[in-house]
Amino acid sequence: MTVTLERPVVEQTVAGSVKKRRNHHFWVYAGLIIAGLLTVLPFVWMLLGSIKPDGEILNDPGGWLPHSPTLDNYRQWFVALHIGTFFRNSAIVAVVTVLGNLIFCSMVGYAMAKLDFPGKRPLFALVMVTLMVPGVVTFVPLFVVVAKMHLVNTYAGLILPFLTSPIGVFLMRQFIRSIPDSLIEAARIDGAGEFRIFARIVLPLSGPPLATLGILTFLASWNNFLWPLVVAQNQDRYTLPVALSLYSTGEQATNYGLLLAGSVMVIAPIVAVFIALQRWFVQGVATTGLK
Amino acid sequence: MTTAIRRRQAAVAYLFVLPFVAVFGVFMLVPLLSSVVMSFTDFRSSDVATPWAVNFVGVRQYTHLFADPVFRRALLNTAYFVLVGIPLTMAVALVLAMALNTGVNRFRTVFRVGFYTPVVTSVVAVAVVWRFILQPDGLINRVLGGVGIAGPDWLHSSTWAMPSLIVMAAWRNMGTLMVIFLAGLQALPAEVSEAATADGAGAWQRFRHVTLPLLRPTLLLGAILISVGYLQFFEEPFVMTEGGPLNATLSATYFTYNQFGFGRYGAASAASYVVFVAIAAVSILQFRLLRAKD
Repeated sequence: MTVTLERPVVEQTVAGSVKKRRNHHFWVYAGLIIAGLLTVLPFVWMLLGSIKPDGEILNDPGGWLPHSPTLDNYRQWFVALHIGTFFRNSAIVAVVTVLGNLIFCSMVGYAMAKLDFPGKRPLFALVMVTLMVPGVVTFVPLFVVVAKMHLVNTYAGLILPFLTSPIGVFLMRQFIRSIPDSLIEAARIDGAGEFRIFARIVLPLSGPPLATLGILTFLASWNNFLWPLVVAQNQDRYTLPVALSLYSTGEQATNYGLLLAGSVMVIAPIVAVFIALQRWFVQGVATTGLK
Repeated sequence: MTTAIRRRQAAVAYLFVLPFVAVFGVFMLVPLLSSVVMSFTDFRSSDVATPWAVNFVGVRQYTHLFADPVFRRALLNTAYFVLVGIPLTMAVALVLAMALNTGVNRFRTVFRVGFYTPVVTSVVAVAVVWRFILQPDGLINRVLGGVGIAGPDWLHSSTWAMPSLIVMAAWRNMGTLMVIFLAGLQALPAEVSEAATADGAGAWQRFRHVTLPLLRPTLLLGAILISVGYLQFFEEPFVMTEGGPLNATLSATYFTYNQFGFGRYGAASAASYVVFVAIAAVSILQFRLLRAKD
């Protein structure tokens, strides 16, 4: 008697909770879609604005779709504003900075994780301390150092201060420590030198942290603004963000079509890299807390 | 290990660390140490050629700094930005992370890419479009006008310029925290939440008494990460408002940059140490607050 009474009740609540959950999901999706659209709206607006002719933007800055789409804004960047030079500068600085970080940080990481040498502990302590120093503190004297070395307005001046990084050393050391000592000992017994062990065993095993370090360094370098702004003093050494910022505060300040086209070209390469490697980006942020 | 092998290994190790130590020493340690000294001198841009000829002004540098109403304004602005910006950014990021964590399996990658994209884009580039959107007759005021509200000239209003920058900063940084929070949420044991449900806890109670306490280390990490960046905030006002109107968006780091621009390197270093001390203090405070509650 009790069984027949209870059964329908149980089924009812199960069915109810499934329905409730489905409803719940609907609202979650709806909220996420609205939030997502709001988040990417500035980028959509940027793209739409970049293909509008000047007059259209001036007459109707809040308007949606372009009435007479044009690529003139982009053309002007290439023909009159030398965007090729800025692009090349950004690329040279980013590529060399990434390579430097990958090579030098992994070398130090290996030495700190697997080799014994006097001064190892103090060096590591120093690296950890400088991890906490904000960039604003060293900015001014760093400029004095670079000026004294006559590196203002040179690629070296743009690159050298970022060629290695304490966080990169920390990241590589932590990972390389997890490589079993027995593997390295075996190679040593076989007569391999330390450079050979580093190049043939440690580096091939260090793919994940190298990917994280490479991506984060590229991102930081491509978007770096303050340092290139003060070090690159002539057009021939401007990076993309510096050029864009100087145009957007200069006489082109209200030429929004042109500036939006420039923004699209600054952002496009990094967004392409991000979408292609998004899994690695996200893993890098989640494991290191960097961005 | 014999001493010969040991010595050989040390020699190799020095070769491995040499490039790093050279770059780190010249471009990190030298500036760091000289910034301490510089902050107590009247070092000016004209002294670069003869750095030993500067005068020692001692603590007066700092007393002058704190007597400067512009610097005090910059500190207040920074506090405003941090105190409103951090809770806002963290709340948005936590809501997004929890939404993505509640069984949203379809399109999760798409959402994640969308929310994270602002993080990877250059601030200079996004500033252009934000200035465009925030114009008096731009997109936002067009939308507000549609519901009968006359929007202000956001970036030229001393009331609205800072809130505009805070919203933009939250937009730029929520992706980082969302990823960190999502990783934290996914590491929580599902049984705890299930047990709470079985005991009749509602959604809010589960969030308040189960999820939030368990997530505390992750929240702490996120808070410290973001406050280090927010306390140094500079790029947003630099590209959006140039610190204006009437210094309403001048931050402490922007003040430092201006002193540097005027050639007052000593004063700039001193101001940067004030930012540094604030960052250290806030980090310690957050550690205490979020740790102690259990």
